[in-house]
Amino acid sequence: MVCAAASLVLSMPALAGDPDATKWNAVLEDARGETVYFNAWGGAQNINAYLEWAGTEIEKRYGVKLVHVKLDDTANAVAKVVAEKAAGKNSGGTVDLIWINGENFAAMKAQGLLFVPGWAEDLPNRKFVDVEDKPTIKSDFTVPVDGLESPWGMAKLVFFHDSANTDVAELPKSASELLTWAQKHPGRFSYPQPPDFIGSSFLKQLLIETISDRALLQKPVDEAMFSEVTAPLFAYLDVLNPLMWRRGKAFPQNYPAMKQLLADNEVDIIFAFNPSEASSAIAAGELPDTVRSFTFPGGTLSNTHFVAIPYNAAAKAGALVLADFLISPEAQGRKQDPAIWGDPTVLNVAALSVADRARFETIDLGVATLKPDELGPTLDEPHASWMERIETEWKRRYGAAN
Amino acid sequence: MLPRLGPPLAILLLAGPIIAGLLGTLLPAFGYLPALGGNDFTTSHFQKLANEPGIGTSAALAIIAGLVTTAISLAVVMLFVAGWAGTRIFARIQQLISPLLAVPHAAAAFGLAFLIAPSGMLSRLVSPELSGWQRPPDLLIVHDAMGLSMIAGLVVKEIPFLLLVTLAALPQVDLARTRLLTASLGYGRVSGFVFGVWPPVYAQIRLAVFAAIAFATSVVDVAAILGPTAPATLAVRLTRWMQDPDLSMRFFASAGALLQLGVTVSALLAWVGMERVGSAICMAMSGRGHRFRHDRTLRNLALAAMLLAALTVASGLVTLGIWSCAGLWQFPDMLPQQFSARAWQNTAPRIGAPLATTFLVAALSTLIAVFLAVLCLIREGETGRSNGRSALLFIYLPLIVPQVAFLFGLQLMFVLSGTVASMPALVLAHLIFVMPYVFLSLSDPWRAYDRRYEAVAAGLGKRRWTTLFRVRLPMLLRAVLTAAAVGFAVSVGQYLPTLLIGAGRLDTITTEAVALASGGNRRVIGVYAFLQLILPILGFAVATLLPALIFRNRRALRA
Repeated sequence: MVCAAASLVLSMPALAGDPDATKWNAVLEDARGETVYFNAWGGAQNINAYLEWAGTEIEKRYGVKLVHVKLDDTANAVAKVVAEKAAGKNSGGTVDLIWINGENFAAMKAQGLLFVPGWAEDLPNRKFVDVEDKPTIKSDFTVPVDGLESPWGMAKLVFFHDSANTDVAELPKSASELLTWAQKHPGRFSYPQPPDFIGSSFLKQLLIETISDRALLQKPVDEAMFSEVTAPLFAYLDVLNPLMWRRGKAFPQNYPAMKQLLADNEVDIIFAFNPSEASSAIAAGELPDTVRSFTFPGGTLSNTHFVAIPYNAAAKAGALVLADFLISPEAQGRKQDPAIWGDPTVLNVAALSVADRARFETIDLGVATLKPDELGPTLDEPHASWMERIETEWKRRYGAAN
Repeated sequence: MLPRLGPPLAILLLAGPIIAGLLGTLLPAFGYLPALGGNDFTTSHFQKLANEPGIGTSAALAIIAGLVTTAISLAVVMLFVAGWAGTRIFARIQQLISPLLAVPHAAAAFGLAFLIAPSGMLSRLVSPELSGWQRPPDLLIVHDAMGLSMIAGLVVKEIPFLLLVTLAALPQVDLARTRLLTASLGYGRVSGFVFGVWPPVYAQIRLAVFAAIAFATSVVDVAAILGPTAPATLAVRLTRWMQDPDLSMRFFASAGALLQLGVTVSALLAWVGMERVGSAICMAMSGRGHRFRHDRTLRNLALAAMLLAALTVASGLVTLGIWSCAGLWQFPDMLPQQFSARAWQNTAPRIGAPLATTFLVAALSTLIAVFLAVLCLIREGETGRSNGRSALLFIYLPLIVPQVAFLFGLQLMFVLSGTVASMPALVLAHLIFVMPYVFLSLSDPWRAYDRRYEAVAAGLGKRRWTTLFRVRLPMLLRAVLTAAAVGFAVSVGQYLPTLLIGAGRLDTITTEAVALASGGNRRVIGVYAFLQLILPILGFAVATLLPALIFRNRRALRA
């Protein structure tokens, strides 16, 4: 039924009067004077400051005003669009652009809550995007993007430790080595409690490393096989749980909480979905400058985060202009600088002009950030349905009535 | 004939949106929400809820937190007032405790967490010299499975609330003379108060106690910061379901919202049972002639508990303050290695607009709430209590119905009328939560007002309105201003209604604070906790200073 709804949505013609990204001059003309309400997570001041800069720039260049609607959870923006649809408010909605991740995208696409047809591939700056080497740009958690969202940044799972307290030679190089490490150092590792995004990502990493046939993960969960193929994962977690911080009876709630645990010397190894998080934290005085990064040589999870336009957005032309600006070499280069944000680019840097390439090559990535060639291989996201089942099973085993 | 409009207006403005909102919860709970493909009625969502792992634990935690928190807070307040009312120490403590009411729950909870965590301030004070800890001990203190930290966090915030309503009720009972009487009969200070004064005081503050229970069973922010996480309390889990990207979860979350309603009602019923038991015990003890003459230890314990509550919040806030200007600050350092103004500098340019919105919404909703409350109370006085009370039952709905249970439906209504994200809509949404607190704070002192003063005024030939403005309102000015300050603080602390009805376009300090708190950065949390404090503290300062200023020549009205 979901598929039917999705194909119905995709075949729907654009509403009359909607901007067409292939006619960019008309889009620019429409956009002038519009206010774009960009619904994006507001929990980090460096990101908020970056968006303020973007707002100043697009107002100066295109006469588009940017208002950052600061969310504590992206799903709140989805909820607003749902409520508007329920109320029959099919135009003039309150959300113009959403910073979105795979699960929310899959839900909005299936519910027909996105601006169609696919516009992202028609943006002028799209030509700089690295579609070849970054497959997650065309498929978000295995759901085809179909141009319904525009890439904004790349993520990769990277581990951090404090070299002043932790023996570097002992650091784990795989999930199974992590378990051995935890046995030697009980109480010194934890992960954010699923369904927190980072915590769930860690479970995905374990799933990929413990499952016997990785090809299964590219398809939706087959319920009949679920317990069999995930048996190694839960055997692993059963051993790990009592070895963790607070014996697995409590978990940090998100990445920043985990970062605070490292700073408080409560744990020894943490991880993030952005290779330069540690450098940013050192620069902000939140972590000591002895913190360093490492990854698993066998590969770690990676994905792309996006921006999307709701079907009933009031300022679609303005949203298009903003989405395009966000993938300009200038905006992407600024975003990759750990002193400003430190979010890896979605662009193909090698293909940029000399001047634009220089923006990226001169960035000081910081002491704790691995070079792009040190990050190791990337592992693809499993289909979104896997996460849902694993989270449910996790909650039953470790998240209830300990 | 303005007062006649009071009750219907209150019902229209308050109960209307709540009932609409509840319908917007009730229908999806039973499977009906056509916008999301729910066209048939079903109980399957409740079945799914019953199978949810740990759901019983979550619900039990909420009920226990509600009852234990309220029992402890109320006992401390009662024993403290019993042992110390009328003394100089009492006046001092009163001044110390009242501002604590203005501390937002989230800020107090964060402060407590920073104090008692194994790597927190208390542990740093003794480490490594006394404890030998180079690393913090691996102890489950914050987020403990029994919810003790959460209960502690709620107790330190309920104590000032219950003390304040008790103080507002106290002038209406003849404390000094009852005390003389019980003392002459040989009762100790505490037992004389508990047997002689407490019953009429409790009758006045009973609804406030109910509000405290309902709040503690359904609180989200304190439970998320201090409460158990595996599993969390029902309200915390419910809020997550409401925000689940899987939209079909809305049905399930709505069923959960109804369960939360049941949990809150169960806690209230259990409390009513406890009231009976408590009063039976009191009756039995006084009937047997126990006078409890020697209660010095009990009195000192009550004082210590009161001071501990105040000190806990205050030192938590100081710790937050240090965090707001900390550079790197690792365990076991007692103070940061560097200090940095970065968090404040980053925040300064961004606070003007949210601060203005916060103030405007709080001021408007409080003004309307006070006006409506006074109208309703005048009307109640005219028509007799029972009549007024049944209508005013609606006013208490928002205190007893958990916010999460009706806000999604309420938001739908504002979207339908095209008024979402407008200032009037936001003020109305805040009014729903401000009004009950204003009414609760004001109604009991108002009802207990000695009407013989008015009879005297009438006897002197004064008209009704003159009596109201020249006699009753001045005598109740403290109560009115206190009620307004409470309402103002409640408005400042509103998160979910502001986020949903303001559609994120009307930012307040609290929406900013919670959004930033989700990033878990203690420095930023420290800054925003202080910004959140500024406005309510101003409100309470006005409520305290204004009567003292106006009545500087009337001693009996000053205190």
